[in-house]
Amino acid sequence: MATTETMTLNMGPQHPSTHGVLRLVLELDGEVIVKVTPHIGYLHRGVEKLAEHRTYHQILPLTDRLDYLAPMSNNLGYILAVEKLMGVEVPERAETIRIIMAELTRLESHLVWLATHALDIGAMTVFIYAFRERETIMETYELISGARMTSNFFRVGGLSQDVPDEFVKKVSDFIDSMPGYLDQYEGLLTTNPIWLKRTVGNGVISAEAAIDMGITGPALRGSGVDWDLRRDDTYGGYDKYQFEVPTGEKCDTYDRYKVRLIEMREACKIVRQGLDRLKPGPVLADCPQVCYPPKESVYNSIEGLIHHFKIASEGFQAPEGEVYQGIENPKGELGFYIVSEGANKPERLRIRPPSFVNLQAIEQMSVGSMIADLVAVIGTLDVVLGEIDR
Amino acid sequence: MAENNRAVLKLKEKFAASIIDVVEFRGEVTVTVAKDSIIEILSFLKQSLQFNQLTDVTALDYLGKKVDRFMMVYQLLSIANKDRLRIKTPVSEADCSIPTATQVWKGANWLEREVYDLFGINFDKHPDLRRILMTDDWVGHPLRKDYPLQGPDREPYKGRLS
Repeated sequence: MATTETMTLNMGPQHPSTHGVLRLVLELDGEVIVKVTPHIGYLHRGVEKLAEHRTYHQILPLTDRLDYLAPMSNNLGYILAVEKLMGVEVPERAETIRIIMAELTRLESHLVWLATHALDIGAMTVFIYAFRERETIMETYELISGARMTSNFFRVGGLSQDVPDEFVKKVSDFIDSMPGYLDQYEGLLTTNPIWLKRTVGNGVISAEAAIDMGITGPALRGSGVDWDLRRDDTYGGYDKYQFEVPTGEKCDTYDRYKVRLIEMREACKIVRQGLDRLKPGPVLADCPQVCYPPKESVYNSIEGLIHHFKIASEGFQAPEGEVYQGIENPKGELGFYIVSEGANKPERLRIRPPSFVNLQAIEQMSVGSMIADLVAVIGTLDVVLGEIDR
Repeated sequence: MAENNRAVLKLKEKFAASIIDVVEFRGEVTVTVAKDSIIEILSFLKQSLQFNQLTDVTALDYLGKKVDRFMMVYQLLSIANKDRLRIKTPVSEADCSIPTATQVWKGANWLEREVYDLFGINFDKHPDLRRILMTDDWVGHPLRKDYPLQGPDREPYKGRLS
C-alpha cells in the first residue's frame, strides 16, 4: 500500500527571500506547509549587554544598527526614552526636523519593503523604481548627517547640528514628486491580476489573534485594528500634525499592502506640514548638564572644549527610575525600556523589537498554504534581522 | 497619581495581599507583585481591565543588590483604553522559575524564550522552551551581570571601553 510522509526542508539562512539571515525549517506535505520553525540569532551582537557598559550618549550609534533600513526612527525612539528619563525639553525646530526625518525614514523603509516584497513575488520593475526614490532619501541623509545609513544624527536634547540650507528644497521637491511615483507603483501592482492572485487571501490573521500575538504596526492595522502610536500614545510632537490612520478589512497580504501604501502618502503629508512649520531657532536644548555644546563653541572657546570633553568622556548622571518609550516605527512598535540606578550608564536597556514579535506569527499565517506563499508572508511581515537578533 | 490609576485601584481591591509596591515615575505606573499570584493577576488584567496586548517581557538582574536576584518585567498595553501598565515580580536565584504567561497571551512565547536564553529563568509549562538568540549548545546566560562583557573565553578588554 502506498504511504505518504512529510518532508523536512531547510530554507535559509542565505535564502534571498528571507531578507537577511532568517532560517526556516519547513515541514511539507507535498507543497503544503505543515509546520514552520524559525531559527534566529545569526546576527546577534549583544546590543543590550553592550549598552550596560556605555554612557547614554555612547549607546546612540548602536541603535541605528538595529533596524538598519530605518536608522533615524531607531535613534528617535532611544533619545525620546532618554529625554523622558532626564526630563529634557526639546526646542521646536529640532522637534520638527526629527518628525520630518522620521517620516522620510518611514518612506524609505516602506520603499524597501515594497521593492523586496514585489521582487519576491516576481514583479521586478517595482524594485528598480522604488530603489530610485530611496536613493533620494539616502542623499538627504547624507546631506544632513554625512552618512547614508548609520546616520546617528539626533542627540539627547535635539540634533547634532542644524540642517544645511539646501535641505528644505531637496525634501520639498521629493515630497512633491512622491505621490506621482506612488501612483506609478500602484499602476504596476494594485490591479495587476498576478499580484492579486498572490496576495489576496494570503497570510490571513484575525484582529484578535494579531493583538494576542503582540503584532504591531502596519501588520496590525492591516487586520483592521485602528491603532497608531503617533496618534493614540503620542510622542515627540506628533499631536500637532494631521494625518489619517489607514486600516484593512480582510486581514490578508493585499490589505497590508494597501495600508502601507496609504501610510506612505500620509507620511508625505506629515513631511509637508513639518516643512511649513519649520522656523529658524536653536536645535539643541539649553541643558548643559546633559547636552553636548554646539560645535562653534567647542572649536573656539576653552570652556566649550572642556564641556565637550566632560560630556563625551563622563556623560551625565541619570536619576534613579525606569522609563519605557514606545514609538511607531515603520515596522511596528519599537520600545526602549531604560532602568537607571543613578549612574552615567543604564543598569539595563531593553529594546522591544517590532520585527521579533511580528515574526512569531509566521507559523500561524502560513500553515496550510503553499510553500510559494510563504515567501509572500515573509515579505508582508516586513522583518529586518538586525533588529530581531540585536 | 499612581494611587488613582484605575488598574491600581482594582488590583488593590482584588489582590491586596499580593501587591508589594506601586510606583509612578514620569507618568508611568509600575506595580510590583508577588510571584505566586502573577498569572492570576495577568489574567485578571487581560480579562477584566482590557489589557489585551502584551507589549514586552523582559528581566532585570540585581546581582548582590537585592535579596531576590531577578525581576521579571511585563509591559502591558490596553488598546481599548489607550493605557499602559508595567507589572514586575521578583524571582529568586534558588527557585529560578516562574509560570509562563503564554497561557494568557500567545505572544509571550518568544519573549519568554529570550528571557530563558539570556537570563536563565525557567518558565513552567512553556510550550517550547529552547534558546532563541544563542546557539543550543551555548553555556551561560549572557545578560546576567556576572557574565563577562567580552565573553567567557577571552581576557577582559583593558582598552578604552569605559
